[in-house]
Amino acid sequence: MQKFTTLTAVAAPMPNENIDTDQIIPARFLKTIQRTGLGKFAFAAQRYDADGQERPDFVLNREPYRHAEILVTYDNFGCGSSREHAPWALLDFGVRCVIAPSFADIFYNNCFKNGILPIQLPREICDALMSDATMGANARLTVDLERQVVVRPDGEEIPFVVDPFRRHMLIEGLDDIALTLRHEGDISAYESERAKEKPWMPKIVLGSGS
Amino acid sequence: MAARTLFDKIWDDHVVERLEDETCILYIDRHLLHEVTSPQAFEGLRMTGRRLRHPEATVAVVDHNVPTTDRSQPIEEPQSRLQVETLERNVREFGVPYFPLQSPQQGIVHVVGPEQGISLPGMTIVCGDSHTSTHGAMGSLAFGIGTSEVEHVMATQTLLQKPAKNMRVTVEGQVGPGVTAKDIMLAIIGRIGTAGGTGHVIEFAGSAIRALDMAGRMTICNMSIEAGARAGLVAPDDTTFDYVRGRPFAPKDDAFELACAYWRTLTTDADAVFDTEVFLRAEDIVPNVTWGTSPEDVLPIDGVIPDPESCDDPAQAAAWRRMLDYMGLKVGEKIAGTKVDVVFIGSCTNSRIEDLRSAADIARGRKVAEGVRALIVPGSGLVKAQAEAEGLDRVFLDAGFEWREAGCSMCLGMNPDRLTAGQRCASTSNRNFEGRQGPGGRTHLCSPAMAAAAAVTGCLTDVRVFSGVAEAL
Repeated sequence: MQKFTTLTAVAAPMPNENIDTDQIIPARFLKTIQRTGLGKFAFAAQRYDADGQERPDFVLNREPYRHAEILVTYDNFGCGSSREHAPWALLDFGVRCVIAPSFADIFYNNCFKNGILPIQLPREICDALMSDATMGANARLTVDLERQVVVRPDGEEIPFVVDPFRRHMLIEGLDDIALTLRHEGDISAYESERAKEKPWMPKIVLGSGS
Repeated sequence: MAARTLFDKIWDDHVVERLEDETCILYIDRHLLHEVTSPQAFEGLRMTGRRLRHPEATVAVVDHNVPTTDRSQPIEEPQSRLQVETLERNVREFGVPYFPLQSPQQGIVHVVGPEQGISLPGMTIVCGDSHTSTHGAMGSLAFGIGTSEVEHVMATQTLLQKPAKNMRVTVEGQVGPGVTAKDIMLAIIGRIGTAGGTGHVIEFAGSAIRALDMAGRMTICNMSIEAGARAGLVAPDDTTFDYVRGRPFAPKDDAFELACAYWRTLTTDADAVFDTEVFLRAEDIVPNVTWGTSPEDVLPIDGVIPDPESCDDPAQAAAWRRMLDYMGLKVGEKIAGTKVDVVFIGSCTNSRIEDLRSAADIARGRKVAEGVRALIVPGSGLVKAQAEAEGLDRVFLDAGFEWREAGCSMCLGMNPDRLTAGQRCASTSNRNFEGRQGPGGRTHLCSPAMAAAAAVTGCLTDVRVFSGVAEAL
C-alpha cells in the first residue's frame, strides 16, 4: 500500500450530503477483476452525459479540479454499498484524501486499506474548507498526517484526529495481513479453544449437507 | 462481569487478541463470497503466496451478474461472464465450497446462507457486501466488508476491528393489517435517518420484532445498513431455533442440542446499557413507500410529497429539490396514485417464500395493469421451487408477471435487468439511490404486498384497500 505522510494538492468542493458509493462508482462498472482503471468511471453519472461526453458543469471536469487529490464534502460520504471499487475509483482518479463531517463506516474503513486518508472535521470547518476549495487554482490544501493538521491556503492550521493504529499503518504503508499473521500463534490457540468449546460448529463441505 | 448486550457477548466470544487503541483481532466463523467483490482478493492471495486458511468456513455463490432468464446458454455480457468464470477458477484453485449457476441451491448470498443453515446464531459472519447484515436475523454478528478485508479473512480467518457502539431499536405492539417487516424498517430508517446508526450495531427488540418470522427479521436486519449501522441483529429464540433445525449445514441431533444450549445464552442482559435507544409503537406504522433518492425519504402511503420550503436546513432543502426533480414528483401531491412503469419483487431484502406468498395474495385473480412490466425474481433456486410447489408461479404468470430465475437482478442492474432513464419502479429492494436500478431510473421502495398492489393498479397504492388483506397478511 502507498504510504501517506503529507500531501499538498488541489481540493475539489463537492457540497452535497449522502454521496453514496453508487454515485462514486455505479454498479455497471463493478465488473472488473482488477483494482486499477476505475478512475475514468468515478462519478460517471454526474461526470458524463448519455453520449459519454463530459458535462462541463461537473466539478471534476473543470480546471484545476481535474487534478484534485483532495475532496471536501458533507455528511455521510460513502454511504450504501460496501464496494471497495469506490476508494479504488477515487484513488485511480488521483484522490488521496477526503474531508467531511462524517463518513459511512465501511467506506471509511476501506479508505485506510488503500492509502486514502478520510478526515472527519466539524461541519463549520468543512464549510470553511469548502470555501477554500472554491478558490480554483488557489484551492490548495496541505494535509500533514504526521502532525495531524490540515493547512488552509492562508496558513491556518486545523488539527484533526485519527486512530493511532490506522495512522501508523498509513504512514508506514503497512500491510494489515502481514501484521495479523504475526499473531498466527494466537489465532491457532483461539481455534483449538473454539474446537473444544463449540464442538458442534459445522464445517462446510459440499456433499455433507443432506 | 458487567451487564452485556447481545452484541457485546458475540464480540467478546470472538476476540482473539486485543491490540492497541481498542483494535481487536476478531475471529470470523463464516465467510461468504460472490463474484463481484472477491476476484481482487483471490488475486492478492496468489500474488503474496498466501493460502486460504479455512475453505471449510467459506462458501461462494454467483448472484450479482447472473441472468434471471434462460440459463442454458453462456452468460452473454462478456464482462459478467468473465467475473463468473473468474470465481469458478478461484473456487477450484482454493477449494472453496461453491453453488454454481446450475445448482438448485444457487441464489442471492444472503438468502442462501440462512436457507442452507450456513449462517447460525452466535456466529461472526462476513461477506464483501453491505447487506451481510441480513444474517443478523439469526442472532449473529454479520456485517459487510471491503475487498481488502475479504483478502484479510481469507488469509487469517480474522479481521482487525474496533467494537461498535450499541443501539437498541424497540418496536412494541402489534402492527395493523397490510403492515409488514419492510414497513417497520422503512419507518425506523425514516425516523433515525441513513446516518442514524453510524458506528453502531443495532439490536432490534420489542414485541413487534419478536412476532416476526425469520423472513421478516431478515428484511429488518438487511436494511440496517440503510440506517448507517454496521450490523443489525435480533436475539435468537424458538422462532430462530425452529428455523435452523434440519437445515442442510446446521448441526444435527446431539450437536444441535449442544449448540442450542449455547444459543439460548445469547440475549442482552436485563441491566445492560445501550449508547442509543429508539422506540416505535407498532400501531403508528402504516404501509410505507419512499419518495426521494435516499432510503430515509419515507412517506406513509397516504402521505403527500413534502415541500423543500418546509426544511429548516437550506442544504437539505436543496437536496430535496434535486430529488424531486430527479424523481419527477410535484410538491403537495399524494404519493398514492403515482403511476409506475415497472414493478420489481425480489432482492436480498424481500425475495423469500414468505415475501412471494404475500405478493401472490394480492396478485391472485388480478391482472398486471396495462403498460406495467412486473418481475418476480425469487431469492434462490429453492425459493423458486417451493413457490412452484405451492402454485405461486401460476398465480403470477396468470396475472401477467414475469417469473424468473434467482439472482440480484434489478436491485442493482448488474445483469440485463435494468430500468431505463425516466422509468418509475415500485421495488421491494433496499436502495433508491439515483441510477441504482439503471441510469435515470426512479425507485420507490416498498413491501412485496405494496409492490404487487402497484403492479395490478398501475400506480402506488395503499395495499389496505384490497379486501382480505387483513386475513392474508
